Amino acid sequence: MSTQAAPEDATSATTRYEGSVRDEALRAQARTGRTFTLRINRGEHGDSAGRWESYDVELAAGMVVLDAVLFVQAKHAPDLAVRWNCKAAKCGSCAAEVNGRPRLLCKTRLEDFNLAEPVLVQPMQTFVRIKDLVTDVSWNYRVNEKIIPFRARTDRPWKFYQRDVEKAQEMRQCIECFLCQDVCHVLRYSGEEKPAFFGPRFFVRAAGLDFHPMDAEDRVGQLRGEGGIGLCNITKCCTEVCPANIHITDDAIIPEKERAVDAFDDPFRGIFRRNGAPKP
Amino acid sequence: MKTTLVAHVGAPGFGRTERRDVWWLEPLWAAVGLAIFVAYSTWAALVGNNFAFGPYQSPFYSPYFKPPWWPLSASIFVLWIPLGFRLSCYYYRKAYYRAYFLSPPACAVSEPKHEYTGETGVLLRWLPVVHRWFLYLSILILIWLWVDAIRAFDFDGSFGIGVGTLVMLLNVVLLTAFTLGCHALRSLVGGNVRCFSCAPLGNARYGAWRFVTRFTGMHPWMAWFSLYSVALCDLYIRLCAMGAITDLRIV
Repeated sequence: MSTQAAPEDATSATTRYEGSVRDEALRAQARTGRTFTLRINRGEHGDSAGRWESYDVELAAGMVVLDAVLFVQAKHAPDLAVRWNCKAAKCGSCAAEVNGRPRLLCKTRLEDFNLAEPVLVQPMQTFVRIKDLVTDVSWNYRVNEKIIPFRARTDRPWKFYQRDVEKAQEMRQCIECFLCQDVCHVLRYSGEEKPAFFGPRFFVRAAGLDFHPMDAEDRVGQLRGEGGIGLCNITKCCTEVCPANIHITDDAIIPEKERAVDAFDDPFRGIFRRNGAPKP
Repeated sequence: MKTTLVAHVGAPGFGRTERRDVWWLEPLWAAVGLAIFVAYSTWAALVGNNFAFGPYQSPFYSPYFKPPWWPLSASIFVLWIPLGFRLSCYYYRKAYYRAYFLSPPACAVSEPKHEYTGETGVLLRWLPVVHRWFLYLSILILIWLWVDAIRAFDFDGSFGIGVGTLVMLLNVVLLTAFTLGCHALRSLVGGNVRCFSCAPLGNARYGAWRFVTRFTGMHPWMAWFSLYSVALCDLYIRLCAMGAITDLRIV
């Protein structure tokens, strides 16, 4: 598709919210009169390279990349596919890559970019494309099913304190956007042939269960085996991209690696180990 | 023993990315910064002289131990400990995997397609294991360096403060901040506890874990600051001992 110039009067062409004078007024207030180019990598199912298409977008004050993508969808390309729901960085649906960095489209402000140059939007590179910016993340759900589920302890009363759940709570902040899976170099570009590696998201989930004070299971053996935690070389890209600000490497992966050393690898620790029982 | 895991990683073509920022700057400065330190410290450790001046003792040569039959520099008896500690450190591993192994060179930048075993290979799988042993040894060295820093106030039996005293003090403070941020230490003091209120000494361990967590957050910075403070501390004492600069007495 060729580059299209934006119409002179934006409000006349955009969809009006009927009867909403307030929306109209806000939109007029937000108008900046500037336009910039959004380049979107588009393609059909399974097309990993895709094709880059440029669109002119009117910049509004406080605009995020998702707004710009929806502007393109409304005005230039009604067949453009993009997945989104909450627009508040809580649902994790709009994960994609902006100027090569894995980001949530709804949490990435255009003010942060040099708009003299085109802003590039492409789907997550680790997963197979369904259409345009939408990728098939179902591999993650299959990994999730492998994780040993929570099993409640019965040997002590169901009573614990805030300090006991602090570590587990951090892991529960995850919104499952899978940006960490996308950026992880063990998984990236792997397409349909994923290695035996759960990925950062599921180390987080396993750690959240392993640090729960009332859980009776221990997943450290699983992570070290089929989870492939040893493949992680702690280069921290997952932590860098996490929109929920979970310290994935420091608080989930490294503690689990340390627990694996405790349980399996440290010969001195073995002297004190009590028959492999999970620690209190 | 665990079998080696293998993944096929990377993309056709090294450095493939849509990133528009200067992503190569961070691995470049890490590579150069580490190389400069390694070059200087190798020379300073092997040269075997000018490591003490007045009450000051270079951290490369402390604790000082040299049997009469040993032909080489005394630093070799001590330096393997901090060297091993830093080589197996979780932060330094990140830094050199990115800067030297280019695995990955930066986030969302491709490495060449290759077979990858991560930290499951014959050599690298031992890094997390030996890291805790080097931590225990490094704590002993650190205590010794504190003794050195306190001794640096002792100018022939009278209390004094020179620029060198402050240099040595700053160095040992940075080394302490670096050591306190160690991930193995964090796990040891409380990271491996599942339920603080159920564990023996749970409250104390929770407090210790929270305390160490603060330093873990600044571990990367402390890794760089303490790396260069050690080198600069040695350089300062070396220049004083060579007579190239004069140590100013403050008190």
